[in-house]
Amino acid sequence: MAEDYTILIVDDEEDFRETLVKRLQKRNLKAFGAESGPKALKLMEAMTFDVVVLDVKMPGMDGIDTLKEMKKKSPRTEIILLTGHASLESGIQGMELGAFDYLMKPVNLDDLIEKIRQAYERKLVQEQEKS
Amino acid sequence: MAEIYYRKLWIKIISVTLGFSLIPLVALGVTIYYQFSVSYSDKVYENLRTLTENRRSSLDLFFEERISQLVTIAHTHTLKQLSDEAYLDKLFYTMQTRSRSYIDIGVIDIEGRHRAYIGPYPELKEVNYRREDWFQAALSSGVYISDVFLGYRRFPHFIIAVMSRSGDQPWILRATINSDIIDNIVRAAMIGKNGDAFLINKKNILQTSPRFSGEIFGNPEGPDFSRIVEAQVTAYKINGKSYLFAATQLVNTNWILVVKEDPREQLTPLLRARTIAFFLFLGGILLIVIGAYFTTRSMMRELIRVDRERAAGEEMVIQSSKMAALGKMAAGIAHEINNPLAVIGEKAGWIKDLLADENAGSTENLKEIEEAVEKIERHVDRAKKVTHRLLGFARRMEPILEQVDINRTLRETVEFLENESRFRNIRIHIQSQPDLPVLQSDSSQLQQVFLNILNNAIDAIGKNGEIRIRTSYLPASNEIMIEIADNGPGIPKENLGKIFDPFFTTKEVGKGTGLGLSIVYSIIEKLGGRILVASEVGQGTTFTIYLPVR
Repeated sequence: MAEDYTILIVDDEEDFRETLVKRLQKRNLKAFGAESGPKALKLMEAMTFDVVVLDVKMPGMDGIDTLKEMKKKSPRTEIILLTGHASLESGIQGMELGAFDYLMKPVNLDDLIEKIRQAYERKLVQEQEKS
Repeated sequence: MAEIYYRKLWIKIISVTLGFSLIPLVALGVTIYYQFSVSYSDKVYENLRTLTENRRSSLDLFFEERISQLVTIAHTHTLKQLSDEAYLDKLFYTMQTRSRSYIDIGVIDIEGRHRAYIGPYPELKEVNYRREDWFQAALSSGVYISDVFLGYRRFPHFIIAVMSRSGDQPWILRATINSDIIDNIVRAAMIGKNGDAFLINKKNILQTSPRFSGEIFGNPEGPDFSRIVEAQVTAYKINGKSYLFAATQLVNTNWILVVKEDPREQLTPLLRARTIAFFLFLGGILLIVIGAYFTTRSMMRELIRVDRERAAGEEMVIQSSKMAALGKMAAGIAHEINNPLAVIGEKAGWIKDLLADENAGSTENLKEIEEAVEKIERHVDRAKKVTHRLLGFARRMEPILEQVDINRTLRETVEFLENESRFRNIRIHIQSQPDLPVLQSDSSQLQQVFLNILNNAIDAIGKNGEIRIRTSYLPASNEIMIEIADNGPGIPKENLGKIFDPFFTTKEVGKGTGLGLSIVYSIIEKLGGRILVASEVGQGTTFTIYLPVR
């Protein structure tokens, strides 16, 4: 499968975000980083992302609010929620709002990539259905 | 403390119940018995009085008849007529046909000599009675009845003498009567086995032969009634035994009729009634006591059960709010640790990525660095497991039905206790059936069940021991069986029935809430399963849980 999809990592924790982006890029994936919800939304205006990995707990605009805005802006973008918190409610809420899945930190990179691939596949299937 | 409180309460309730039931019963019983015995005693006295009066009337009637007969003969005949022995014999014969009580009859003139005599003792004709007391008494009062005496005839008899006149000449018609007749009339008043009746004269000398009270012509046993003026009933003790005596004066003689009665015989119906009443009363009391005992016992049991349930409910609320607070804290800590862990993990991963680009052998330490990174990743993974489990336990959710792999749930729980058991040198073996069916159950609640049982097992063993866990599927009942056995000190028989009771604990004060196993029990019940316990002191304890496969 072609791996020319774009990934956006949204996390306020710079060390985590930057490293994750670098590691994805090292695996020839088009990964970008954003440090907050508003920054991510701004970035989405400039370019299209296939999959967004979104931290739930962020200062200011949190992951759930960001998710809502993203779905408004770009409904076809698949979003994977990522959190260090085990609050099942936010996970369920995120799923109800259209998130693809829900993962807990720290996450194994291979597992994350697998999840991103699945999300992208779903996006492709849905786009084919629409067209 | 609670036991003393319930005991005191029970004693109070049973005392009030018994008091309100027994006091009226006893009061009623005593009153009825007292009234009954008083009226019955009155009746016994009255009966004795009536009996005595009846006998007196019979005796009086007897004397009355004899006197009238003799008076009639004396007053309708002249001395001359009756001096004719042939005529007197005819007359006596006629009298004898009506009554066999007469022994003989004689006509005596003023000189005390027999003018005529009919009877078995013709030699009496020669006796002169002028100086006899009865002769003088008959002349002065007209009619005379003597005391009983033996006299010339040598058997007890008495005489009735009536005076009549022929012109100026007084004479006497005298008849002798066998006192057996009187004895027979008196004997009819002897009641029961110990009753007696007799006649006495004014000198308290017996005129008849009583059954027990003495010999004729002697003094009777008992009180002296010789001077009574009117009928009386009195109680008197002889040889320590109480008797009732009734006495009454005869009209035509100086004799007194005395009737003796054993009140115990007369009171037999009363005593029988008293015995029956006593046993009925005793039975009633016994029934009330038994009834009160069982009623209050079941009341107390119900009360204790309700109290325990309420206390357990309150404790559960406290417990769950405690758990909720603990859960929040655990979740907060887990989150705070997860973020740096994620960074460490990513950094280690990045180092690994970069190392892969380096030429092999370009650095001597490359292998060492690779190993170190591997170890960092492995330990991040281990720390991750801990925080994830912490979060899993922190989550206090309503029971949900989900797919539960019992073997996995058990393994996770055991992992959670690994540190504790390693520290205490307790080995936990799991022997699980690999192809167990998946259960529709609540994994976090089941985790709590296993955790509570395993915690208890570890506490019971203390140090150095082992816990064996076995799972298997029972196709016959479509159940999964989980067996958790320890080789701890075991549970004494007397405690085995109580271990699932809320607040039952053998742990030191402050160490155990006594809720662990009761929570286990209620969860298993809620999930439709059942739990059994077997224990042998010195051998260990085995809990066996059966969960239905739906």
